[in-house]
Amino acid sequence: MTVKTLTKEPFNLIVAGVGGQGNVLMSLLIGMALVREGYFIGVSDTYGASQRGGSVASHIRVSKDTQYSCLIPTGHADFILGMEPIETLRMLGQFGNPDVMAIMNPRTVYPPSVITGAAEYPDLDELVETIKKFSAKLWIVNATDEAIKMGNPIFANMILIGALIGTDVLPLDRKSLEAVLRERFSGKTFDDNMVAFDKGMELVRQ
Amino acid sequence: MPDIDVDAPGTVQLLMGNEAIARGALEGGIGFASAYPGTPSSEILPAIARVAKRMNIYAEWSVNEKVAMEAAAGASFAGIRSLVAMKQNGLNVALDFLATQIQTGGIGKGMVVLVADDPAALSSSGEQDTRIVAKWLDIPLLEPSSAQEAKDMTKFALDLSEELDLPCMVRIVRTVSHTRSNVKLGELPRNEKKARFSDLWDMYKPEMGKYLSEGSVLLRHDFVHQKLAKVPEKFEVSPFNWYVGPDKAELLIITSSCSWPYSLEAVRELKLEDKVGILKLGTTWPLPEKLIEKQLSRTQKVLFVEEIEPFIERSVMELVANLPSGSPHLTFYGKRSGHMKAYGDYDPVLVANVIASIMGVTYQPRDSEYGRKIEELAKVAPSRIMQFCPGCPYRAAFWAIKNALKIDGRDGFVNGDVGCYTIGELSAGYFQSRTKTAMGSGAGVANGLGNLGQFGFDQPVLAMCGDSTFFHATIPALISGIWNNSSFILLIMENGATSMTGFQPHPGTGTNILGEPAKVIDTEALCRSLGARVEICDPFDLKGTTSTLLELMAEGGGAKVVIIRRECELVRARRDKKALYQMRVDTDKCIGEECGCNRVCTRLFQCPGLIWDKEAGKAKIDEIICSGCGVCTDICPQGAIIKEAA
Repeated sequence: MTVKTLTKEPFNLIVAGVGGQGNVLMSLLIGMALVREGYFIGVSDTYGASQRGGSVASHIRVSKDTQYSCLIPTGHADFILGMEPIETLRMLGQFGNPDVMAIMNPRTVYPPSVITGAAEYPDLDELVETIKKFSAKLWIVNATDEAIKMGNPIFANMILIGALIGTDVLPLDRKSLEAVLRERFSGKTFDDNMVAFDKGMELVRQ
Repeated sequence: MPDIDVDAPGTVQLLMGNEAIARGALEGGIGFASAYPGTPSSEILPAIARVAKRMNIYAEWSVNEKVAMEAAAGASFAGIRSLVAMKQNGLNVALDFLATQIQTGGIGKGMVVLVADDPAALSSSGEQDTRIVAKWLDIPLLEPSSAQEAKDMTKFALDLSEELDLPCMVRIVRTVSHTRSNVKLGELPRNEKKARFSDLWDMYKPEMGKYLSEGSVLLRHDFVHQKLAKVPEKFEVSPFNWYVGPDKAELLIITSSCSWPYSLEAVRELKLEDKVGILKLGTTWPLPEKLIEKQLSRTQKVLFVEEIEPFIERSVMELVANLPSGSPHLTFYGKRSGHMKAYGDYDPVLVANVIASIMGVTYQPRDSEYGRKIEELAKVAPSRIMQFCPGCPYRAAFWAIKNALKIDGRDGFVNGDVGCYTIGELSAGYFQSRTKTAMGSGAGVANGLGNLGQFGFDQPVLAMCGDSTFFHATIPALISGIWNNSSFILLIMENGATSMTGFQPHPGTGTNILGEPAKVIDTEALCRSLGARVEICDPFDLKGTTSTLLELMAEGGGAKVVIIRRECELVRARRDKKALYQMRVDTDKCIGEECGCNRVCTRLFQCPGLIWDKEAGKAKIDEIICSGCGVCTDICPQGAIIKEAA
């Protein structure tokens, strides 16, 4: 079932990950689907330096009538799509509020300081507890594990998009994403991505 | 993304600011587009190139911004509308031409100079406000605040340029050029484009001999002023300027660019729509003076919201000083008053806080107790500093450089440059780059350092550039060094792409912007022809690279070249779609902290694909991140990192 109205005006979505994970493309696909539905969209892309292993957050702002800036104000996120645990927490720290909801992929990507031993990666269970306590709802979606089962970790991104749509927070449904994907992919790649998308939807609706 | 030549006027697309500029150029009927890649402007030319054939446009990556500017002007001279795009640093390179060209007789057909500024310098060596250049040069300036305006202003600027016979500048900032937003498409012209150069010389007639900067310069400088004097009446009624707010505002915000949506959101957040008005300007030089005067007469407090320099602020101050009545009733807030920070970028919260302080209200972007607690808890997330990609040949190169300089023992150092190898100044490059400023300046600075022997200077001097940077600005520095017998070693990091900005081709890659075969400029042969000693190293051969560097440092003498040759891993992986090797750690051989190597693999080498398994106390390959380059096999003293055929 599609929610055809925005649950908030504007609706502020953050896609949080690490450079190279592919969140720019994810944001683009979500944004394109929303434009087709007649909304005003702002999607910030982060390029250059951030491609090289830095924290990358894309801001997606959805409005019925206003072209907002690309930057979500502090504390104003409505949803965080977290591709990595500490990036999800980092975004919650800056943009969170008691009503924010989040999806988190629990697969870690260690920063260099953790690899060298200069810093500790936080305990995952404690991190999940913190996010749960400081958000209205959290879905843990094992996107990378599921993607590896499908044969390629890259499918994690489409699983997460499926999960996001599955939560019904956006005025989008399977059809709207399918139309956008069809322009971008064809043949087996398209089919595989749709399988990943459906997997993501299923994981949040269990 | 669909290509930007979708012939569907009135439909709405989600375009990046840079793609919107490209679309605006199409709608404005350009026939020629040139650029050198530089974030945040890099996506403009590829968007045009993808449709160039269909739209009868010539597009090129030029060797640097000066050539790009000159080439675009050449097209306009011969009757073809042109666009040239660059980042703020690029304008510095191109300025010698532009500053002089303006004082000739004209430009011919419309020419737009598109400059993308990078407030806060997220992808730059420094920040710079290009708007000042437009004012200095006396050319019209437009500042888009959205992708829609980026498109519309580019088209408008082409028309205006042609009408005035003067280049026009469109200045965009990173947060607009790299943001996707709604763009309603306009008509695509199907005009006939015909190029022919013809002109006659008469120093006293600007319409003749107009492309020469000789003889009548003083006269022609005045022609520029006369041209510019025609602009304000157009800007007074421009749809790119507007006012929102009450008839008489307690506070008037004057703003432009991305600060417009920030200001709008800040006022809405504070619920001050009935007290605070916003004058949004899109045409910021010359100013629409009457429009500004009208709003100034209806308020007593004025706040300027604009990133980097107080450009509008100063221009409005000049305007106010010339008002017959002066401005005794006005109080100004901005950078001069210290209310707005005079560096870096802005955001809606920063603007809301300033408005709140002027209006005497409080602003809380979120529940303060919640905010305080979550900010504290989020501190457990370690930050991520920039690093080389897994499998990047530069990591291996810096490893070899570090070892060579250490063994040499004379405190040698690297003069870095602009490109991915910039990261060499961070821990990822073992802090080996010690100076870095502009494109080509690694070799330029080394020129001076390498000729200080008479003052007792005896440290080995290395200079670094990428293969694209070599063509862009390093060749003159190398020639000067060889000619003046300066003692330095130029390391050309030849990875076959302009990687930092998105893997664009360059004169050494054998393809052009359209992906078609092009002549290859042979870096190695070029350097040899200059008479320098040239060595070639594969950085994945750590030992060989280290010993070559050691030998050249020991030899001393004039300028030498080492080409560090290994393709960018991202480019290779995209094409080959398979790893070079399958990597694993032999957990019997790895003896962890017992080894005495100080965890050379993870504590020192720092590849994101090679991690430390805390529970096992041993190194481990992160199989999702590892690219299989195999270099780490050669750094493990126990031979515990195994590479096998992929």
